[in-house]
Amino acid sequence: MSQTIREESGKTVVELGGEIDLDRAPHVRRILLDCVARGRDLLVDLSQVSYIDSSGIASLVEALQSAGKGGTAFGLVAVSPQALRVFELARLDQVFTIHPDIDTALKAAG
Amino acid sequence: MTAQIIPDTGTESLLELHFPARADRMVMVRDSVRSAARYCGFDEQTVQDIVLAVGEACQNAILHAYAGGADGSIVVAMLRGPEGLILRVTDFGQAIDPAAWKPRDLGELRPGGLGIHFIQELMDSADFAPAPGGVGNVLLMTKKRA
Repeated sequence: MSQTIREESGKTVVELGGEIDLDRAPHVRRILLDCVARGRDLLVDLSQVSYIDSSGIASLVEALQSAGKGGTAFGLVAVSPQALRVFELARLDQVFTIHPDIDTALKAAG
Repeated sequence: MTAQIIPDTGTESLLELHFPARADRMVMVRDSVRSAARYCGFDEQTVQDIVLAVGEACQNAILHAYAGGADGSIVVAMLRGPEGLILRVTDFGQAIDPAAWKPRDLGELRPGGLGIHFIQELMDSADFAPAPGGVGNVLLMTKKRA
């Protein structure tokens, strides 16, 4: 699994890649909750995610809820087909804000 | 499953993996399951679905039957039958009440609890039962050939 974190246009952008499973989900959870705690809007790029399971999805749901409590925006960006399949199975593709690419996400309000 | 071909059923053993019930072993298990599913000729989407279902089944064994402890083991068996793939995930941990093996309400937004829903959505059948003898659990799943 890989991750990069950067600030862009006043938002925090996290890129996750590889396989997000029970082994890696706690690490992803910590990264995302730390980023949410910075108080900026958070965008999570999932374009390089080749596998995600219920534990990985749980980390994202927790971060989404934490951002909601803190009043910051939380969006997913360029979700890979493999990951999108899992979001759809969980009926979460309508719960998360999903941007097609990073430029669109950075221009979006909130 | 010890026999390569199970008499009278036309079922062929593809692989049997014995491994510690630890999250850090799952990447190897998924790689093997992925290879076996491709070997059976499933399309790439179905291969991913099979891998996810087995991953979720093992995750449930690690988290619930073994309650996160690292002492147990899991056996994943894949068999090819006339109608498709048969997958059996066996643990030797705490017997789980089959009545508790059900998906949660998806309308509720909360982390966790999606694994059984995924398995039921992705597989053609999924039957969960305590193992004979009262120790452990067996999840039997099937995926029909396209």
